[in-house]
Amino acid sequence: MNSLQVIWDVLPNILGGTLTTVSAVALALGMGLVLGIPLAVGQAYGGRAVRAAVGLYVWFFRGVPILVLLFLSYGLCLSLDFPLPPFLASCLVMGCISTAYQSQIFRGAIESLPQGQLKAARALGMTDGCGIACIILPQALRLSLPGWANEFSILLKDSAVCYVLGTQEIMSRATAAAQRTHEHLALFALAGLIYFILTLVVLKLLRALENRVHIPGYSTGGTIGMGAAG
Amino acid sequence: MSQTVLQVAHLSKKLGGKPILQDCSLTLDRGELKVLIGPSGAGKSTLLQCINCLIPPDEGKILLEGRALNFNDKRALCAFRAQVGMIFQDFNLFDHLTAEENVAIALRKVRGMNRQDAQRRAQEELGRVGMSRRAGLYPAQLSGGQKQRVAIARALAMDPKVILLDEPTSALDPELVGEVLAVIKDLARGGMTMLMATHQMDFARALAHEILFMEQGIIIEQGSPDVLLAEGSGTRTRDFCKHLLEMGA
Repeated sequence: MNSLQVIWDVLPNILGGTLTTVSAVALALGMGLVLGIPLAVGQAYGGRAVRAAVGLYVWFFRGVPILVLLFLSYGLCLSLDFPLPPFLASCLVMGCISTAYQSQIFRGAIESLPQGQLKAARALGMTDGCGIACIILPQALRLSLPGWANEFSILLKDSAVCYVLGTQEIMSRATAAAQRTHEHLALFALAGLIYFILTLVVLKLLRALENRVHIPGYSTGGTIGMGAAG
Repeated sequence: MSQTVLQVAHLSKKLGGKPILQDCSLTLDRGELKVLIGPSGAGKSTLLQCINCLIPPDEGKILLEGRALNFNDKRALCAFRAQVGMIFQDFNLFDHLTAEENVAIALRKVRGMNRQDAQRRAQEELGRVGMSRRAGLYPAQLSGGQKQRVAIARALAMDPKVILLDEPTSALDPELVGEVLAVIKDLARGGMTMLMATHQMDFARALAHEILFMEQGIIIEQGSPDVLLAEGSGTRTRDFCKHLLEMGA
């Protein structure tokens, strides 16, 4: 009874934190989408220097734990004497990480397309930019959706770590309430439930989107069995 | 009357130090159909793809209606390709677009046509290859022969001055070869200038103005089908065709 009362009391506060979590994750995913696509294109079609630069970026942000990156961002702000609000710092760190992961999701999708697609676009007189924008990306982004849904669910749960910067998201508010009321079990169960519901709802939505943009009969690796000459 | 549309002079290409094409030259006059014959790996496909620079040649010249193509000028390259149709062995239709959109997209993106005009033109071209009723279907819903006919419509919509065909029937089930060859025959009769790599010897014999026989990256024989395929001509072409016939028997 006591636990329920506590939950009822802190619920508005925690839901406020949910809004913060959702905004931070949405911003980070958006940043990853906007930057990840050009990085993927650069890695798939760019020159050696571009590919190396993208590779280095991806290697760094996939190689360092998010907790370390959050503390690094804090240290960087301190040493530069540039006070970044915790929310923004969290968004940036998550955005940088998500950019790295998303670029690899998109690159994988681009490279899974048959080579002939861009060749045919070029043969019709399209520029490479047009071929990539009109022919390659519409297909690659469709193929990326399952991987992208995965990236969303991972980032949403990773966002819990952002409480270390003092971002007022779900986890930091649940922790504060737990320390105040000693109802750790109930409050963290509530936090877990909120993450669970968010994941469930968004994954359902992404699944619906996937079905909506599905091309009839479409699958990758659509290369036709080569009729052997001779 | 015989006006040269496409001239290819001394085209060479090496890949990994190995010569794939050596000093290949040919001309196509308006309305001419020339056929490239030769064993697999002879460089037929590479030659066709070098002609519209999908594979950049190392050396040589390409002239379209007398004007030399500058390989390094990207804009000129796009303009050139827009006038040179290409048909691939494995169709390469855009998988996310319907048959109609496949034909219309280059009209919109390259020619700058508006959506309605491009659609109308696409419908026309699909009608020409007998695909009007399937305009709304996606490539995955079409048979190989239907896909290749859409690919031909897509090339035709750009009003090409010449069409390059890279073994257009090689990836097709035998019963579907006829419908695609019929479309190409119509084009030939309609005076379309074409260069086609193929193993369809009956087709070559009946329709080609000239046969080019390629081996190891070199055009080794060149002449009218009557001459090259004549009994007792002793040509490499005739030898190869006899071999093809025996294989098919």
